[in-house]
Amino acid sequence: MSSTQSSAFVISKPDMISAMLSTKVRRARRPLLVIGHEAEETELEKGKKVIDYAVKIVNKGNLTVVATSQALRGLVKRGVHPASMNLVDLIQRLSDPGWKGVDGKGGYDIVLFLGFPRELLSQALSTLRHFAPRVKTISLDRYYQSNADWSFLNLSITKWRDNLASIVSGLRG
Amino acid sequence: MARKSLRTLKVDELATDFGTVKGLEVTIGRVIEEAWTAPVGPNAFPSVTDLRNWDLRLLKRYKPLYAPFSDVCDFCTYGKCDLTKGKRGACGIDLRTQTSRRALLTAVIGASTHAGHARHLVSHLIEKYGRDHPIDLGNLIDVEAPIIRTVCGIRPRVLEDLEIALDYVEEQITHLLAATATGQEGDHLDFESKILHAGMIDSVAMEAADLAQISAYGFPRGDPEAPLAEIGFGTVDIKKPVIMCVGHNVAPGHEIMGYLKRNDLEKRVEVCGLCCTAHDLTRHSDHAKIVGPISQQLRFIRSGVADVMVLDEQCIRTDSLIEARRVKAPVIATSDKMCLGLPDRTADPTDEIVEDLMSGRMPGVLILDPDKIGEVAPQVAIQVAPKRKKFKVIPSKAELISMAKRCNLCGRCREACGIDLAIDEATHAAGRGDLAPLANLYEYCVGCARCEYACPLNLPLLSMMEKAAEKRLKEERYRIRVGRGPILDTEIREVGAPIVLGEIPGVIAFAGCANYPHGGREVAEMCEEFIKRKYIVVSSGCSAMSIALCRNGEGKTLYEAYPGAFDASCLANTGSCVSNAHIIGSAIKIAAIFARRNLRSNYEEIADYITNRVGAAGIIWGTMSQKAFAIAAGACRLGIPIILGPQGWKYGRLLLGRKENKKDWYAYDARTGKEMYIGPAPEHLYYAAESKEEAMVMATKLCMRPNDTTKGRAIKITNYVDLHKRFYGTLPDDLHTLVRTKADVPITMKDEILKALKESKWKEGRIIDPTLLHRLVRKG
Repeated sequence: MSSTQSSAFVISKPDMISAMLSTKVRRARRPLLVIGHEAEETELEKGKKVIDYAVKIVNKGNLTVVATSQALRGLVKRGVHPASMNLVDLIQRLSDPGWKGVDGKGGYDIVLFLGFPRELLSQALSTLRHFAPRVKTISLDRYYQSNADWSFLNLSITKWRDNLASIVSGLRG
Repeated sequence: MARKSLRTLKVDELATDFGTVKGLEVTIGRVIEEAWTAPVGPNAFPSVTDLRNWDLRLLKRYKPLYAPFSDVCDFCTYGKCDLTKGKRGACGIDLRTQTSRRALLTAVIGASTHAGHARHLVSHLIEKYGRDHPIDLGNLIDVEAPIIRTVCGIRPRVLEDLEIALDYVEEQITHLLAATATGQEGDHLDFESKILHAGMIDSVAMEAADLAQISAYGFPRGDPEAPLAEIGFGTVDIKKPVIMCVGHNVAPGHEIMGYLKRNDLEKRVEVCGLCCTAHDLTRHSDHAKIVGPISQQLRFIRSGVADVMVLDEQCIRTDSLIEARRVKAPVIATSDKMCLGLPDRTADPTDEIVEDLMSGRMPGVLILDPDKIGEVAPQVAIQVAPKRKKFKVIPSKAELISMAKRCNLCGRCREACGIDLAIDEATHAAGRGDLAPLANLYEYCVGCARCEYACPLNLPLLSMMEKAAEKRLKEERYRIRVGRGPILDTEIREVGAPIVLGEIPGVIAFAGCANYPHGGREVAEMCEEFIKRKYIVVSSGCSAMSIALCRNGEGKTLYEAYPGAFDASCLANTGSCVSNAHIIGSAIKIAAIFARRNLRSNYEEIADYITNRVGAAGIIWGTMSQKAFAIAAGACRLGIPIILGPQGWKYGRLLLGRKENKKDWYAYDARTGKEMYIGPAPEHLYYAAESKEEAMVMATKLCMRPNDTTKGRAIKITNYVDLHKRFYGTLPDDLHTLVRTKADVPITMKDEILKALKESKWKEGRIIDPTLLHRLVRKG
């Protein structure tokens, strides 16, 4: 991408994400976790997929969740009942400052993404970066997303798993 | 038709005060001659702004969602200008407007590519067959050019008439391109309107090109039982000299086939093609074979099978000459759009050209005369083949393993891969002697070779992948139905009512390029799902090929398994990229033949009809070229929604509805003139899906139209709910927006849907006779 803007901040310590999301000292006023269909397709260790870590983040962080595409099925199967909305529909609404959120209680200040095709997410983040700067974005996916506000660097599967596990353990519930 | 024949005045010798002129020939313009008695509608040859009001109506409902690929403007020397954080450039442009401006450029590139192709083809065919060569699609097609009739208001009868349409197309392209200059258009919605105009212009150009080649070359004229042709890497007989044609303009390939036939060489020389030229070769000759879509290009060159490569135009790798030199195969460039730095040998004697290519004195030549190419290419292939001995640059198994051992898993290849293939891990496994992971990537790889350029060790990763999948490549033998061209008027008569009333749940078109997120198999899987659900399924271009490169559970390709008609549970391959015109044209023909709407210069009314009544959607799963963007824009202006794969959003914008904004979903009731709520149908106009499952669920929804009968809407809702439950595991949460009356609720799902409607406080609505155009409200 041809860009004049600085790139995303690298998440060097996953604990910072936990700190933002922890309910007791939450820095995020209205965080939202968006889970894409690749969360259920990607295995991080034997028998454990990205979506399993996502469920732990949801439960421990007590977060509002939107499942996109068929991620809904995987989450429902694991006992999580998120709002369902396709990614581009969600991005359109997040770009609207008047949108009241999936629960009607207001917009979101921090949106985290996990489990998306890399290039689709890059475009989605570009929309938010340029047309909804009030919304801070965090990519928890395996690849560096320059259009996010915070992103991991490119990670091996093992390192990615470790980072997600760190976020889970850092959440104070 | 509107204008007739150029008149030519010839004077052998003319003596004047200034001197004597010999051999004077003066051509005087076109004389208008019209036999078409249909009334002329309000939009003949519409200018850039003539349909602006229609566009703005659409754009009010389907608002652009921009995702800039670039946040600077570097179009002029004031820049580059930073457009972030609300800043404007030196010319005053903002990021939203700049993004739509880039999108217009993309659409104009696409439209001009089809227009250039059409112009070349029509000029060549006029030269060869005469200006008065008839456009004859047979007794079963009366509406021969639905798009040209609707946009231009003319009824083309002979080849020369297509020039009138193309004159118009070229004029509009000039105006559209001019609008992108510094200091011109400054509103993003006006750019969007122009993008839709470019799309419509693109449709005209495509129709002109395909009508010309169908008429002159004798391609199938809407034959639902068009024959099956061979497709796949393994179908090419490598014992013979092989001519490989790549691109979209079939004229050189046609002349090659003609030469081989005249000289009784058809069985001695193999002619195969890649991309749309291949489609069109098989529409012409049963001796031609299709290697596959664009993604096979580099692999096939490196395989060394081709003894001469004939490059025409569009979708050709620009490094073809470099790659061809590596395998010692001569190249013949044939288009002014792709000269590759080669010497123009058009005027030289055939023997000299053949000698220069055969001896290797020249790696390639430019020949701009299809007849000459027809003579040169076969002779070169025959003479070069014994010398080349199918020289290839694919490593041996031992070499592959040895190279793979050097891989240090840096991951740069994967980072460069547009679809995130685990090339690094597969290469590392190959270094340990396990070639299976590398071979498995073949099915998904789009063949771009960016991984090779990213590799710091210069490993030839694409060639290594090809070696690993060698056995599979050799066994790749499938069958595709030859491009049938247009849809018959009789077919439209049969399905018009069930489509408009909603009883056939929809028409789903698969178009676009082979740049898929998870391989071509996904396209075939989506395709079969809709065939089984009794949709009318149509295909074209590289998507049509990708559908053929898979077998279903019964071991058949979908073209072998299902009829080629334009009917429920059938799969109609219209043909090459320009044959997309027949897909768009079929929606127009429904308005003309079933509903008896006047097409002539009546674009706005026809678009209104399709938007509100014809349940059709397109899936461009592997969008790549600018042409795909233009084709999609042409469909969108007619109210036909398009679903893109995840890469499609990279052109920077989508057109999305907001179903909860009730004010966006009103239309006039043509019976009363009152504005009434019609519900979000279709919900989006230009949409990007995350997965094929999402694309399928969305496609069922985007086939809904306000005019659906209750029975039709119930069938459409059944498909939507069924797929939603299968893929997402739940009942959709927006049924209250789609069910208009209780009669819309499918009987088999009645209890659960009524329960859901009750929970969402649904209120029964009305079904109106919808139109977005107040002038269509019936008086009295």
